Amino acid sequence: MTTKVLAIDDSRTIRNLLRVSLEGAGFEFHSAEDGQEGVEVFPDVDPDVVITDINMPRMDGFGVIESLRSGPNKTNVPILVLTTESSDDLKSRARESGATGWIVKPFDDASLVSVLKRLTGHVG
Amino acid sequence: MSGNSIRDTFFEECEELLEALVEGLALMEESPDDTEVVNAVFRSVHSIKGGAGAFALTRLVNFAHTFETVMDKVRDRELSVDEKLIGLFHRSGDMLNDLVASARDETDLDESAETTLIKELEDYLGPEAVEEEFSFEAMTLDIGGPPPLGLDLPEDLADGERLFRITFRPRKSLYENGHEPLLIFDALAELGQLKSTVDLSDLPEFDAFDPSDSVLSWALELTTAEPETTLHEVFEFVEGLCDLEIAVDADAAPSVLAAPNALPPLQDPEPTAKKPEAAASSKAAEVGKPASSAAAQSKESRGPKPTLRVDLDRVDRLINTVGELIINQAMISQRIEELDLPTVAHLTNELEAYKLLARDIQEGVMAIRAQPVKPLFQRMSRIVREASDATGKKSKLVTVGDSTEVDKTVIERLADPLTHMVRNAVDHGLESPADRAAAGKDATGTIRLSASHRSGSVFIEIADDGAGLNRERILAKAVEKGLVAADAELSEPEIDNLLFLPGFSTAGQVSNLSGRGVGMDVVKNAVQALGGRVSISSTPGKGTTFTIVLPLTLAVMDGFVIAVADQTMVIPIASILETIRPSARDIHIIGTDSEVVSVRGSYVPIVDVAQSLGLADKPERAQTGILLLVSTETNGLTALRVSSIHDQRQVVIKSLESNYTAIPGVSAATILGDGKIALILDPEELIRLGHITGTDLMAQQSRMELRHG
Repeated sequence: MTTKVLAIDDSRTIRNLLRVSLEGAGFEFHSAEDGQEGVEVFPDVDPDVVITDINMPRMDGFGVIESLRSGPNKTNVPILVLTTESSDDLKSRARESGATGWIVKPFDDASLVSVLKRLTGHVG
Repeated sequence: MSGNSIRDTFFEECEELLEALVEGLALMEESPDDTEVVNAVFRSVHSIKGGAGAFALTRLVNFAHTFETVMDKVRDRELSVDEKLIGLFHRSGDMLNDLVASARDETDLDESAETTLIKELEDYLGPEAVEEEFSFEAMTLDIGGPPPLGLDLPEDLADGERLFRITFRPRKSLYENGHEPLLIFDALAELGQLKSTVDLSDLPEFDAFDPSDSVLSWALELTTAEPETTLHEVFEFVEGLCDLEIAVDADAAPSVLAAPNALPPLQDPEPTAKKPEAAASSKAAEVGKPASSAAAQSKESRGPKPTLRVDLDRVDRLINTVGELIINQAMISQRIEELDLPTVAHLTNELEAYKLLARDIQEGVMAIRAQPVKPLFQRMSRIVREASDATGKKSKLVTVGDSTEVDKTVIERLADPLTHMVRNAVDHGLESPADRAAAGKDATGTIRLSASHRSGSVFIEIADDGAGLNRERILAKAVEKGLVAADAELSEPEIDNLLFLPGFSTAGQVSNLSGRGVGMDVVKNAVQALGGRVSISSTPGKGTTFTIVLPLTLAVMDGFVIAVADQTMVIPIASILETIRPSARDIHIIGTDSEVVSVRGSYVPIVDVAQSLGLADKPERAQTGILLLVSTETNGLTALRVSSIHDQRQVVIKSLESNYTAIPGVSAATILGDGKIALILDPEELIRLGHITGTDLMAQQSRMELRHG
């Protein structure tokens, strides 16, 4: 079974990079352009893992995590935060919201895949 | 998708982000307290940084980072936005623009301006924040490994295998955050030999069992050659979500960590105290959004509309095909007419519908190419800023109607002339702050850029609220340059239009700003090449307005099908003010050869089209023919004489130059309904030709003063 990834990022560039990395590694890739859209499409996509940016219009990454962890579609799927900052402050905030882990941009394919594997137990 | 096209996407996206940035900064100026606006601006810079990092564009990343950090202070309300800071942001936006361009085109960019700006930005940051920036570069390869925890690992430890005893007791939150202990064990097992023992002592009675509770804990024994930091990496994401103890058994080294909360110590305890609050409030705000309140609806509509990116070639091919369709439709109509069928009312209706549909398709296709002028207008804010700085003037740019859509090519080709005109408006149009104050005006001048659609054309106005044109000086200059006779009496509009003559420059001294060898004649030519025209109006003390009128599309236009010396030709309707069928007594001969027609009391020179084109030696005389009144920038009102007007219709413009060669007086060609090719005339050029081949009406400047009598 292919692992489904839902990537939420307002940057087309980052979405593209993620798509190329993850589809290349055999993941099924879905994306949303901001937090609001991400939360909306979540039930339909029903991903095995979510990757979300922090800084986004309409709903930021913390909002995404919080609504996925406590909203009507409450879920326990791993949620990875993709961020340019790697401050401890941000990490603890992310964790407090319910994030499973984080990746610091710029990411490289191998690390991304290995982190995903660590969180989902699957490669692709 | 190849690496290159991802890169292309990045630069495309950068352009959009930079536009958003300029727009955001303008909004920020108006309402510095609007958090949404500040956030949007911050995000633009942040996204550029994020993407740039992926392509290892270090300079761009570093600059964006510094910029963003200052912006962040504004966001956190540690800095308030004043004129100086906005100015710095604008310049930083410009620098970001330059850095993106230089990264994209792989060109060099002088670092001095960048360094100065970074310093200026850093002045807004405390000394700690500057340090933060230094660590950023080191961070770029960090993919989530834990920060070094102050472990001082002796070298030899990495070699020998050691036994780690790990106690791992997940809390409920570990599961809630999407973690799976088994996966962690899998990861550990990859490091060496793992033995795990589960502790079931906390398992409650079956009835009391709550599946969401965390009741299990594990004792793990890992034999590995890996350093302890690698183990911490495995637990990195769960630190703080579990009780974790890692002890080294093989060595005398004591366990370093007994860490239920193994986050590295925070430098500054204050943010922790503050941020959770922020998290909580943002939570409240964000979670409230999905509610289908009106507010949420309006928020939603602000989101990006779904779009489709299409190769421009495909659109242009489609436009071409639609052009053929319109020609085909015209042909069918004509053929059916020629058949002269009895009572074909149905057919006529269907044909009419076909015609309308073809037109709809054409408009729809053209709409694909249409883009709002906004990005173009926004670019001008930089021009205004730079021109103001260079001239020591104070000015601001106001844009109106920037959602007006114009053909993509028009926008592209308009960039240069517009830049020049905006620069001129600041350099020549506006007075110095002192002069403005003396004249009782606001020291800050206003450049107003507006776009609108009016009767099938696009109007673009560049207006300044400066002193207005100095007509005396313009005339003197023109005489000095031999552009007009010393005794010529010119009307005000005629004087104004002298600006468009080649080689004209009003600046007493060629400033390094406007006087770059580009005169208004170049602007005019560029606009004319797009099938448009440009005009001036100026009021002393109030300012000057340049108006550019452009056709909506470059592919199709409405034209009169006319006859000239037995040839069928097309003339753009947009250029024709009115048509006159003159009576003999309205036409007067002046001098040997030149004719004028009296139109409501003033005399208008006549240019014979056949003669201008060299199709006839002598003009068609007197009452024959029809006169098309056109207004041109250099020659004022002129009447073009043609034999007759056949029809008015939409014609598809086919470039003559790309298929044949340029013909003076002819702008393009088209295919008519009967399949014949007809030339599309260029009125302005025809008039110019008329003056060369026929009479020299320019010399007779007195024509405007003639009175009918």
